[in-house]
Amino acid sequence: MGLRDQLAIPRDVIATVKNPEHRWMAVCRGTGCSSSASAEVRQALCDELDARGLSDEVEIRRTGCFGFCEAGPIVVVHPEETFYTHVTPGDAEAIIEEHVVGGKPVEGLLYRDIATDTAVERWHEIGFYGKQQRILLSNCGIIDPENIGHYLAFDGYSALEKVLTEMTAEEVIEEVIDSGLRGRGGAGFPAGLKWRFARQTQSWPKYVICNADEGDPGAFMDRSVLEGDPHSVVEGMIIAGYAIGAQDGYIYCRAEYPLAIRRLEIALEQARELGVLGENILGSGFSFDIIVKEGAGAFVCGEETALMASIQGERGQPWPRPPYPAVAGLWGQPSNVNNVKSYAYTPRIIIKGADWFKSVGTEESPGTAVFALTGMVNCTGLIEVAMGITLREIIYEVGGGIPMGREFKAVQTGGPLGGCLPKEHLDTPVDFDSLVAAGSVMGSGGMIVADETTCMVEFAQYFMQFVCDESCGKCPPCRIGSTRMLEVLQRITDGEGEEGDLDEIRRIARGMEQGSLCALGQLAPAPVMSTLLHFEDEYKAHIEEGCCPAGSCRALITYEIDPDLCTGCMLCARKCPSEAISGEKREPHVIDTDLCERCGLCKEVCRFDAIVVN
Amino acid sequence: MTNSIEDIAQDSQCIFIIGSNTTEQHPVIGARVRAAKRHRGAKLVVADPRRIDIADYADLHLRHQPGTDIALLNGLMHVILRERWQDDEFIAGRTEGLEELKAVVARYSPQVASEITGVPAEDIEEAARMMAENRPGSLLYAMGITQHTVGVANVMSCANLQMLLGNMGVAGGGVNPLRGQNNVQGACDLGGLPNVYPGYQAVTDATIREKFESAWGVTLSDQAGLTVTEMLGAAEEGQVRCLYVIGEDPMVSDPDLNHVRHALQKTEFLVVQDLFFTETVQFGDVIFPAASFAEKEGTFTNTERRVQRVRKAFDPPGEAADDAWIIAEVAKRMIAQGAAGPSKAALHAGWDYGSAADVMAEVNALTPIYAGITYQRLEEGAQLQWPVPSEDHPGTPILHVDKFSRGLGRFAAVEHEPPDELPDDEYPLMLTTGRVLYHWHGGEMTRRARNLVAMYPEGLVEIHPYDAQQAGISDGQLMKVASRRGEIVAKAEVTDRVEPGLIFATFHFPESAANFLTNPALDPQAKIPEFKVCAVRVEAA
Amino acid sequence: MNVTLTINGKEVVAPEGSTILEAAGLADIKIPTLCHHPDLTNVGACRMCVVSVEKARTVQTACTTPVAEGMVVNTESEAARETRKFVLEMLLTDHPNECMTCEVNGECQLQDLAYDYGVTWPEHSGVLHAYDIDPDPNPFVFIDRNKCIVCGRCVRACGEIQNRDVWTFAQRGFKTRLVAGADQFMLDANCESCGQCVAYCPVGALFDKMSLGLGRPNQVTKVRTTCSYCGVGCTFDLNVRDGKIVRVSSAEDSAVNGLSLCVKGRYGYDYVHHPDRLTRPLVRAKWLANVESKVETGQWRAYDPDRPISDSESLVETDWDTALDVVASKFTEVKETYGNDAFAVLASAKCTNEENYLFNKFTRQVLGTNTIDHCARL
Repeated sequence: MGLRDQLAIPRDVIATVKNPEHRWMAVCRGTGCSSSASAEVRQALCDELDARGLSDEVEIRRTGCFGFCEAGPIVVVHPEETFYTHVTPGDAEAIIEEHVVGGKPVEGLLYRDIATDTAVERWHEIGFYGKQQRILLSNCGIIDPENIGHYLAFDGYSALEKVLTEMTAEEVIEEVIDSGLRGRGGAGFPAGLKWRFARQTQSWPKYVICNADEGDPGAFMDRSVLEGDPHSVVEGMIIAGYAIGAQDGYIYCRAEYPLAIRRLEIALEQARELGVLGENILGSGFSFDIIVKEGAGAFVCGEETALMASIQGERGQPWPRPPYPAVAGLWGQPSNVNNVKSYAYTPRIIIKGADWFKSVGTEESPGTAVFALTGMVNCTGLIEVAMGITLREIIYEVGGGIPMGREFKAVQTGGPLGGCLPKEHLDTPVDFDSLVAAGSVMGSGGMIVADETTCMVEFAQYFMQFVCDESCGKCPPCRIGSTRMLEVLQRITDGEGEEGDLDEIRRIARGMEQGSLCALGQLAPAPVMSTLLHFEDEYKAHIEEGCCPAGSCRALITYEIDPDLCTGCMLCARKCPSEAISGEKREPHVIDTDLCERCGLCKEVCRFDAIVVN
Repeated sequence: MTNSIEDIAQDSQCIFIIGSNTTEQHPVIGARVRAAKRHRGAKLVVADPRRIDIADYADLHLRHQPGTDIALLNGLMHVILRERWQDDEFIAGRTEGLEELKAVVARYSPQVASEITGVPAEDIEEAARMMAENRPGSLLYAMGITQHTVGVANVMSCANLQMLLGNMGVAGGGVNPLRGQNNVQGACDLGGLPNVYPGYQAVTDATIREKFESAWGVTLSDQAGLTVTEMLGAAEEGQVRCLYVIGEDPMVSDPDLNHVRHALQKTEFLVVQDLFFTETVQFGDVIFPAASFAEKEGTFTNTERRVQRVRKAFDPPGEAADDAWIIAEVAKRMIAQGAAGPSKAALHAGWDYGSAADVMAEVNALTPIYAGITYQRLEEGAQLQWPVPSEDHPGTPILHVDKFSRGLGRFAAVEHEPPDELPDDEYPLMLTTGRVLYHWHGGEMTRRARNLVAMYPEGLVEIHPYDAQQAGISDGQLMKVASRRGEIVAKAEVTDRVEPGLIFATFHFPESAANFLTNPALDPQAKIPEFKVCAVRVEAA
Repeated sequence: MNVTLTINGKEVVAPEGSTILEAAGLADIKIPTLCHHPDLTNVGACRMCVVSVEKARTVQTACTTPVAEGMVVNTESEAARETRKFVLEMLLTDHPNECMTCEVNGECQLQDLAYDYGVTWPEHSGVLHAYDIDPDPNPFVFIDRNKCIVCGRCVRACGEIQNRDVWTFAQRGFKTRLVAGADQFMLDANCESCGQCVAYCPVGALFDKMSLGLGRPNQVTKVRTTCSYCGVGCTFDLNVRDGKIVRVSSAEDSAVNGLSLCVKGRYGYDYVHHPDRLTRPLVRAKWLANVESKVETGQWRAYDPDRPISDSESLVETDWDTALDVVASKFTEVKETYGNDAFAVLASAKCTNEENYLFNKFTRQVLGTNTIDHCARL
């Protein structure tokens, strides 16, 4: 009988959760679905069940994110795993009546495959999920993140038990090193090695810190883990604490994640109540507790030293390294900082073993990668894929390709500090080293797809604007360099680029890369430099010819109406916010270029492709 | 100070401040103390009736009633002895009189001390523990300890505590009076006292006297002279006929100013030497315009006994002249008129000095503690803290390292004695006095520094909201404060920096000088007036 | 424990835990700095002290990187020099071109480094900060944020030396801005007007308001002296121009106080030049002969124009000879008539050691009494 068996574990809950026949519905209560009223959907489903007296027979369960956020709110009916998309409260009656009572899926709520335009009934038959391999997200969409019993049902805290009863700290570290787990914060440093360094420093107290300050624009990988499976992070941190000899943990989570913070707090409270967190865990004599620290929304606080400064109540600015956190981190004490995902993998590695983990992914980058796939792809959302999958597979199979059959242009990985890769690199395997070799980085998991309508100068400018906004201001290369770089890019997209601007960009980039204090400043020029590397002609077209080949830079384009195609439907004229379009009904319209602000709304609404960009 | 600012800042594990508004009166030391507390983790215990600035940084603020320092210190020592936290090795090897001390402090249990001082007994226990557990510890004090009728006993009590803890003669320890004025240390060192020649050599010691007689070529008095307060009394009574006041303003800085005024008026011939037309100057018969610190050469000795150069940056304005020249001129003229007849054979009889360095050379010859402090060494950058007995001596940053000046340190047990004047029905409040950050002493200089005045333009009297309400006084309103000796009118600052029953006033502004109110009762030994406690009443003005 | 490393080909032995900057200092190798100050913690912000370290991916800040056994450092590598130059260029793109009128011209670390690295003020069309100049009403500290290089020395000086934490930075990136408290006025943000922030500012962003326009470093003579206020004994430099103190500047090599001073020491010097200063010896008319004729001929003057000279109690501005003789004669007369005990001397805690010695000698040798005291007790 293990230590865990002595605890007041909700055995009935576990039994129910594990029963393969159990009839239940997952209602996604991740942030995406919640913002499109999934709480109301859940309530409506409950009401419908109540009205029919079926409440005891069907469980309605709030779960974490399914990843396919653009199809939300999502409801999955178990045990058959029928996947409903865009569910509204008004659909509750049909789901209960037709599906639960009648035994037939509600056809209209099923996902329709883009290529074949046919309805797909089951979750795992959907193309978006086809190439995914959900290890880290395995509990997301399945368990109720606010119920520790659900986590326990899926081996929760058994890794902790194993560690405390069967393994020395050194063995834990050995196992993690052996698994090849690399830090998921972006740099890919071997997590076990990091733990060993922190363990070796002879100074106490030590700290285990979880970096949950996910700040890349459009990224929500960590958020989904925290919201959907918070205990996996908590358990991973406790194990890390045992391994390095720490008793205190901090989860530094951005305040913009209120749901994640709430679920973490609930998880911590339940874990303490159960005795797997706090004093004398599972009677082992080992104590460890965790505090959630809210960040105030600074991207730079995702940098580990800035994060620790922020925990200390100081301005969130990085410290120079060395000394590294493993030697002198929080409050000057040895500290281990890992990303949310790195901790969440840990219990799984302990239970299933290093060899299992290594069997997934590539030799040098074992395991899976989680991406927030956005931009010009048909299916956007959160995906988990085995390392080694190609960019092409992600974009065209998981992502369902480029909308409206347009041409792929580039994909940005690594967020605002990453790089872009053009179509020549589409067959690059996605792992830490291959991406670097191709000129980009893994990063923490942002993946943005650009197509032929994306201007790569504007694309770079967008990221540089982000860096300008998020630079902490401590060192001059980043503080001033980013602004000067943005000014050059602005000039180019405004059609005022000058000869020598490209050299100026390269000069500033070099200064920032070489001189900046932290990775933010050092990597900030990367999006610019990689677009310049692959799309220099596009830059030159802006500067030398005053034209934007993608037809995107407002200062360099004009909109015209093709009189042959225009039917005079007047839709564009009505939508134009600056009243620049005129014309009689059923007569071809014209655009006054002086009034036109080049917002592109007319082109978007025109049903006859009559709007032409020059 | 027995120790240096640097070793207190770097090595003290516990800093105990009693009777010193350190951050306002010695701001640079105050900042070092704050840094020791914040960046080095030193403990900080502050004992002061008022919630002074440094109290906000303290681990423990003991808010004792004015005039109850001995009871507080005895209470601390009671706990230390009860818990056997004393440094037995230090006591056995370096001190005597412990039994006597034990007998006295035995009567000051934390409860008894608490009743006298108003400090909670548990805070006394906690403070004693903090001091015992964090050694070495240094004790800093200022006028809050000395300006009492029990001033000397207060100082002895501080020394008792530090000896008991073995905090003497070590870096980071010591009993450290913070001297209030730029060269009050030097004035004491160089003979500005009625009972000693330069270097604390007693005028009553025949051997010493003979040394000075042969150096100066005259017969010297073997009687100690009068102290400040005594000399004003003697002037009032007509015994002192000529008073020569140099760079002092007794009409602001002395207690019971109405009495001082009377004494100055009665003085037959008053010579005053100053920068400004001060309150005292107005009674002068002859007034000599003196030079400021920027207009002369010389040295000052700081609170840690460090002798440092003062250099001339430009000439004094108009015909103003430096004090050395003036006094030498008066001396030479008097000698010429036969008032004194120093033997020409005596080595240091004359008054023809070429420079301040020449004067220092004479000091070197006659003052053992200054013997090795030469201008040449100072100009070469030597940092010299006396005693410096010879030119090759490096100076003495910490006193009493291996032994006390008298050999063994003596525990001089002292009992609590209440202040001379306590509140009663007629004068129900207690007044304590002090200074503020932006002004200094009598204010003769700071009131003429335009931005210091801008920051703090007039005297304020601190009064607790409760007392203010009782007297119908609101913040910023004029109030009248009266004692048995006089009254002042000043604006009220209603604040809980003082406790109910206590008010606080400064002596920076002549029109609201607290010294119209203060009690001239003296410590019998040091002849220091009890500025820190007297009884007053207040009303809206 | 010592470690041995190589800096610019030279073998250097430095204590374990010291920084490359400190180790270089031991070997007399100078590395340029801007945000570093030996009194303050090192933050590696300005990037001026970057050096190349073998095996390191990027250049490292010498002020923060600890030395290690066998480390090979090049302080003048191309990458290091290039980075320093870039930093200076960037700083100057956001710095007003006002050296001509700047108070600290000639004593500005940014200016010196620009000179050393041959970086000129760049013409460019980008944004330049245009903050209000001297926006804080306090009477002591002048602020020109346009000149601020965000090195944070003032922030650390206030937090670590003075422990008042008045200063911090608000906003971030290019908008990073030095603010007092929660963007308040300094005096509302716990400031005690010590001026340490000014003393530690390497450029002209913070300056002593009382000294504006009164003289630049090369126009003043610095006279090292000891403060005339409390007993701490701070030493500092009187900055003198045309016989006037125009500024008090603290000095790193002051034994007691280093760069620290308090509000009185740093800003309370102007009493020296106050019009109230006594400039001529004054004697009451009753002790003088021929007062009226001397006043008529202009040799003497009435001190108080409203008080007639005929009033025997009125004060007369005389000459030194007269005033000294009046005193010497009166003292001699009293001594002969009433003896030595008729005298009392109040010496001064504000005067020098030498003067006090002379007061003591005068009292005991000439007047023949020991009745000399001063306000040590007051």
